[in-house]
Amino acid sequence: MIEVRGLTKRYGRVTAIDGLSFDVLPGRVTGFLGPNGSGKSTTMRLVVGLDIPTSGSVAVAGRPYRELARPLTEVGALLDAGALHPGRRARDHLRWLAVTNGISRRRADEVLALVGLESAARRRASTLSLGMRQRLGIAVALLGNPGVLLFDEPINGLDPEGIVWVRRLMRSLAAEGRTVFVSSHLMSEMALTADHLVVVGRGKLVADAALTDFVEQASLRASRVVTPEPERLASALDGAGATVSAGPDGLLEVTGLTTARIGELALAASVVLHELTPVRASLEEAYMELTADSVEYRVADPAAGARS
Amino acid sequence: MTTAVPSRSGDGSAWSPASGDGSAWSSTRAFGASISAEWLKVTTVRSSYITLVVSLAAMVGVSAIVCASNVSSFDKLGLLERTVFKLTFDPAFSGVSGVFLAQLGVGVLGVLTMTSEYSSGMIRTSLAAVPRRLHLLMAKAIVYLVIALVVGLVGSFCSFLVGQSILSGAGLSTSLSAPGVPRVVIGGGLYLAVLGLLGVGLGAMIRRTAGAVAALFGLLLVLPAIAAALPSPWGPDVSRYLPNEAGSALLHLTDRTDVLAPWSGFAVFAAYAVVAMVLGSTLLLRRDA
Ligand SMILES: Nc1ncnc2c1ncn2[C@@H]1O[C@H](COP(=O)(O)OP(=O)(O)O)[C@@H](O)[C@H]1O
Ligand SMILES: [Mg+2]
Repeated sequence: MIEVRGLTKRYGRVTAIDGLSFDVLPGRVTGFLGPNGSGKSTTMRLVVGLDIPTSGSVAVAGRPYRELARPLTEVGALLDAGALHPGRRARDHLRWLAVTNGISRRRADEVLALVGLESAARRRASTLSLGMRQRLGIAVALLGNPGVLLFDEPINGLDPEGIVWVRRLMRSLAAEGRTVFVSSHLMSEMALTADHLVVVGRGKLVADAALTDFVEQASLRASRVVTPEPERLASALDGAGATVSAGPDGLLEVTGLTTARIGELALAASVVLHELTPVRASLEEAYMELTADSVEYRVADPAAGARS
Repeated sequence: MTTAVPSRSGDGSAWSPASGDGSAWSSTRAFGASISAEWLKVTTVRSSYITLVVSLAAMVGVSAIVCASNVSSFDKLGLLERTVFKLTFDPAFSGVSGVFLAQLGVGVLGVLTMTSEYSSGMIRTSLAAVPRRLHLLMAKAIVYLVIALVVGLVGSFCSFLVGQSILSGAGLSTSLSAPGVPRVVIGGGLYLAVLGLLGVGLGAMIRRTAGAVAALFGLLLVLPAIAAALPSPWGPDVSRYLPNEAGSALLHLTDRTDVLAPWSGFAVFAAYAVVAMVLGSTLLLRRDA
């Protein structure tokens, strides 16, 4: 479990994250979603005590990270897969890490096998491909068999096979009851991996919701309308405050009105409708909408009321 | 505190680790583990060996050249001049004079123990594994101090023996059993050990290789040149307190007025390294990784 409370981090005049509060619970994959520069990596560095918060606090496994006696046995993190000494062999990298936390050296070979890098164990880091480094970084995170795992953009540099492998790994780690916190700037990726989403935009919390609730919470709702008289209908809907965009063959995309209201307005204007369909926003659209302007489109946090 | 568990959350039971023996892991054990890990880091990278071997070879080689050139100037002198030469000649100092080249390699490797972690980003992996930052820096310092000391002692001893065999041809040599000589030979090792520590401290302070190496070379090479250019009463007074001048006091067999007494000089030299380490520690604790 990760508990983030009122976390703020400023770098000089840049506010990287601004008053973030959320929990990451065990037993599920929590996606940490936000556009580039929204503060995901900063938050992850704060979780593992690498950066010092300007204000607020983070606890992992019940305590600030820096107070954990053998942190790698409680929290595993993949922050930057390139963070290797180019001249050191993959296995040696895992071995020195194992030694720091009193983890058996055998475990280094175990995790190498787990991520499919046995054959690269004796290769120097500079000769590893980006995808192999990413796997090695995941091996580092798994080294201490921790109950809390953080992965910052883990699929970067992986081939399609590797991506599928990472998704399965995240899911199985969560199924074992571990806390899995994965960041990405891609909604499509999170839609495939996460059970729960924490969405940030410009350093602020935008949403904290189950994946399924996420779309329903998102404010974007559209209706597809097909009519032989698109101009007349569009002006009628416009007058009622809707946003209308016209497509080919009399197609209109209408937002800001329910389908019922559109039907009533069409009747009032004596416009024939050939089609009137509510369109659910896709996850991607919901995400773009949410983060387009994090303040304006802030969505209520369903758990906020229960928190103190 | 947190009662909200949204509907789709926590379908698995909470993870419980197989062995919760965190309590048996004392701070002392953790520090010992950090030292072992730093030792592994140094010994699993080829560039460490290359730098140390090159430094060793440079130390012996330069000492041999200095001794040989002393022999050749001595050979050109008349009888009377030879007597004067012998009075002022310091065979032990000539024998270990290669430390002044080796110090560059040893110092830079000391700097790199910290700065290479920053340039590769590995510092974040290291600090995630060892969140007690002083443990990390002290473990590095201890490991590298020991390595520099051993390399320095071996280099100093070999340089001395090679140098004396060259000097003996002209009857200029001394021996390990002569008064003051063991102090000089051991001093060569101590000098490099302190220099290694200075490198680690500067690396922790400055974090970037180029900057830290520049600072190191500035202290060792540029400051003495500036001090030498100062007007008469100032120059020598300042010079003797500069790191390498103070440190080399230990390497002179004969008493000299332009250099501090051997052990006080060494203490001044060590103080530079300690100050660098204290500043480096303070900054490491305060800054974001
Ligand atoms: N060490 C740093 N110094 C200065 N600014 C930083 C630093 N780290 C991050 N930032 C800034 O903070 C913001 C958030 O960055 P980051 O956490 O990397 O976002 P993300 O991982 O979501 O892409 C960006 O504006 C970035 O430029
Ligand atoms: Mg990032």
